Amino acid sequence: MNEPVLLSVEDASVELPTPRGNLRAVDHVDLAVGAGRTLGVVGESGCGKTMLSRAILQLLPKKAKLSGRVMFDGQDLARLDPERLRKLRGRSLAVVFQDPMTSLNPVLTIGTQLIETLQEHLELDSLAAKKRSAELLAAVGIPAPEQRLTQYPHQLSGGMRQRVAIAIALSCEPKLLIADEPTTALDVTIQAQILDLLAREQRRRHMAMILITHDLGVVAGRTDEVAVMYAGRVVERAPTPELFKRMRMPYTEALLAAIPKIDAAPHTPLPAISGRPPDPTRPLQGCSFSPRCRYAAGRCFQEKPPLAAAESPGHQYACFHPIGIMAGAGT
Amino acid sequence: MKQDVRPSVAPKPLLEVQNLVVEYAVGGKTIHAVSDVSLEVSRGETLGLVGESGCGKSTLGRAVLQLRKPTSGRVMFDGEDLTAMHGETLRRMRRRVQLIFQDPIASLNPRRRIGDIIAEPLAISGVKDPKQRQKLVYDVLSAVGLDPSLVIERLPHEFSGGQCQRICIARALVLNPEFIICDEPVSALDVSIRAQILNLLEEMKARYGLTLLFIAHDLAVVKAVSDRVAVMYLGRLCEVGPSEQLFAHPAHPYTALLIEAIPVPDPDVRPAESVAVGEPPSPIAPPSGCRFRTRCPRADQRCAAEVPELREVAPGQFAACHHPLIPAG
Amino acid sequence: MATLELRIDEDVATSPVARTRRLGLLFWMAVGWMIFVFVAAALANVLPLPSPTDMDMLERRGPASMAHWLGTDGLGRDELARLIYGARISLTVGLCGPVIGLTIGGALGMLAGYFRGRFESVVVGSMDVLLAFPPLILALAVTAYLGQSVLNLTCILGVLGIPAFMRVARAATLTLARREFVIAAQALGATHARILLRELLPNVLLPLLAFFLLGVAVTIVVEGALSFLGLGVPPPISSWGSMIGEGRESLEVAPQLAFIPAIALFLTVLSFNLVGDTLQALTNPRQSAL
Repeated sequence: MNEPVLLSVEDASVELPTPRGNLRAVDHVDLAVGAGRTLGVVGESGCGKTMLSRAILQLLPKKAKLSGRVMFDGQDLARLDPERLRKLRGRSLAVVFQDPMTSLNPVLTIGTQLIETLQEHLELDSLAAKKRSAELLAAVGIPAPEQRLTQYPHQLSGGMRQRVAIAIALSCEPKLLIADEPTTALDVTIQAQILDLLAREQRRRHMAMILITHDLGVVAGRTDEVAVMYAGRVVERAPTPELFKRMRMPYTEALLAAIPKIDAAPHTPLPAISGRPPDPTRPLQGCSFSPRCRYAAGRCFQEKPPLAAAESPGHQYACFHPIGIMAGAGT
Repeated sequence: MKQDVRPSVAPKPLLEVQNLVVEYAVGGKTIHAVSDVSLEVSRGETLGLVGESGCGKSTLGRAVLQLRKPTSGRVMFDGEDLTAMHGETLRRMRRRVQLIFQDPIASLNPRRRIGDIIAEPLAISGVKDPKQRQKLVYDVLSAVGLDPSLVIERLPHEFSGGQCQRICIARALVLNPEFIICDEPVSALDVSIRAQILNLLEEMKARYGLTLLFIAHDLAVVKAVSDRVAVMYLGRLCEVGPSEQLFAHPAHPYTALLIEAIPVPDPDVRPAESVAVGEPPSPIAPPSGCRFRTRCPRADQRCAAEVPELREVAPGQFAACHHPLIPAG
Repeated sequence: MATLELRIDEDVATSPVARTRRLGLLFWMAVGWMIFVFVAAALANVLPLPSPTDMDMLERRGPASMAHWLGTDGLGRDELARLIYGARISLTVGLCGPVIGLTIGGALGMLAGYFRGRFESVVVGSMDVLLAFPPLILALAVTAYLGQSVLNLTCILGVLGIPAFMRVARAATLTLARREFVIAAQALGATHARILLRELLPNVLLPLLAFFLLGVAVTIVVEGALSFLGLGVPPPISSWGSMIGEGRESLEVAPQLAFIPAIALFLTVLSFNLVGDTLQALTNPRQSAL
């Protein structure tokens, strides 16, 4: 089924000048997501996934340079004037961050923050905005919503705060929601609830969603397509079932293998990936993963493998020695 | 220097926590962080302690080491009562029990060189000869997989999280302790580094003949390294039992809830709509009776009235529940 | 199995982001001025200067000449010599006063921040009491009782500076004492003294030193004010403040008598402030994440 593409990131690169040299945080990344679909972006710290989300939102630090296009609903966000951009953000483009304590203003009540957003984008009067705010809080599963409107963020638990952040993000019926590690700071039982909530709201509103995480388990059941990032590049991209059943990139395989599985016996040695992610200020000549890759051979150290298509449609990977058919979990 | 260690079958456990209670006041209110927890760790085994944030597991770890004074209860280490010790006796006992923290970079003094940091325990415990100190420092750094000559003169900020954790582990090992409490040692690390550190801990345990108390909130991580697991909720123990058995057949509803909530990296496994209702209550006013009853689908009158005790529901497996998933034998 | 971290040397060789911040031209000019003033004051005895106390009644308020490079003051004394000897006083009081604050205030602050509880309340409370004293009245009272001298002046200013240093040290200690490396030291069995000296002090020292430099600047100005009011160093010892005070009488006829010491004071205080600010910025590196 071919949904019309809502967001298309084309050949995006983000460069940051640092005292240690020019840092390429995002390196020629292509992504696309359509209405009603969820794209998972998986990677560890330093892979560039956070910079990518900021690039999409046009919220990069001042010194950063963005090249490439970010097409949203037909417009290139990178070339849009600040006023139109501001109107888009919050209204059609929403974001939920990892730490709700820092993404919510600690000195404003929940109600104020919600109502402000509603009034700004939907131009509701205060009574209508208040009513809508209470409805939104109820929709995200917060009990006694009217009372919560007068409370401050520190009076709520982490899970509640994240729900409020989601309510604010969803308040203006956005077309695209970017969730940047929305549950990493939360307990596993709350994580499940929050992810369920996001999935439910997405289905209801036919919203596009980008779910950024380091946890392959989170993307497995909740995304339509997954892009794996390493050292600023997308190294593998596939529809989710395809990725887990037929992964090609050794990094994806190693990442999956390194996660302790709940059905493995205790004291089974974990297949660890040796070494560490590369220093972004010293890009390697060859494949960024080659120093840590079990299968690396001569060519891997000289050339960067391009993102090439696999046999199955929609599956791309960047590797000179792709691995064969790999069973999903627990090997 | 490999030591051949088999888990001891000796009856006396190395660590015995008896009816530990830790409560403290914050702004006029009392937080019941740990309420009447008793557990044992035998020499040579790894006991995993798992629970979500606010359950008191970190507080328990610190209270065991007397870094936070327990309100009541006893901690017996190798037959001696740590809670009754003070000053020099307690300090000397500390050499036998060590602690590894969650944030490896914050655990190292930013203005001291690695060599100094690792030699510090030796200096405190009176190893005077600088040559001997250097040898011990070099040995332990090599053991954790770092090249001593490259590392000794550097400062902590020059290292990554994973490397810092190795340094912290080296610091904990340099005095050759018997017991190490690991407080969320891999939670702050990347996935690919976690596996390295977990493997390292297992290797060090075998090499130095250690006993571990492994505290974490990630069940899969805990299961990977533990012989037995204890599950905590809001200051109380819910269930204790051998790892394999506990995860295969959990007796306490909370354990089952935790297991079910783990995201499985298999696209065919559809995440079930979570059964959990609501949020954990606050440790300031924990529910009466069984503290899990406000979120438990099996709760009834009895659960509100009576605090459940740990009872054996299967060989070696204990659950504190009036309606366990495995009926008490 | 443990994996050897083989590539440490490659990425560990670089220094942290903060230290490569460029120290501007202004910073170096400030340092240059400070060095100049220090050297001149230290070598006052050996420099070929006329005596600062020799009064030449025939040359009162004289303009700059070969004999008197900056002219003479109202009593015929050489302005340049007075300026340089005055620098001695200003710097002595300016440096020694805050040293008292640094050592006593710093120690109290660290102990208060580390031990907390009743001790902390007592320390903070007594500092509040000290702060409540109008400093000028205190200075008046002490000089009236014990007499005017450089030593008394230094002690008064030093004591008045203790609360500020206590605050800085306590704030730094509070944030540090909760960090894991302090708990790690406790877990290793370190005594309180060891933790305070080996773990906390190296970290608290830098912000304290940065604050110290700012304190020097303030103390020089305060000493100048007190001397201007006649409460500072007794004549015929000159300090920049007293010179400004004396120059006040000749403002219409010879304004340079007030302005020259004022400019010297201004430049010196500015230099200390600049260096202090730069050091404070350096000891607070904000490492931005990617």
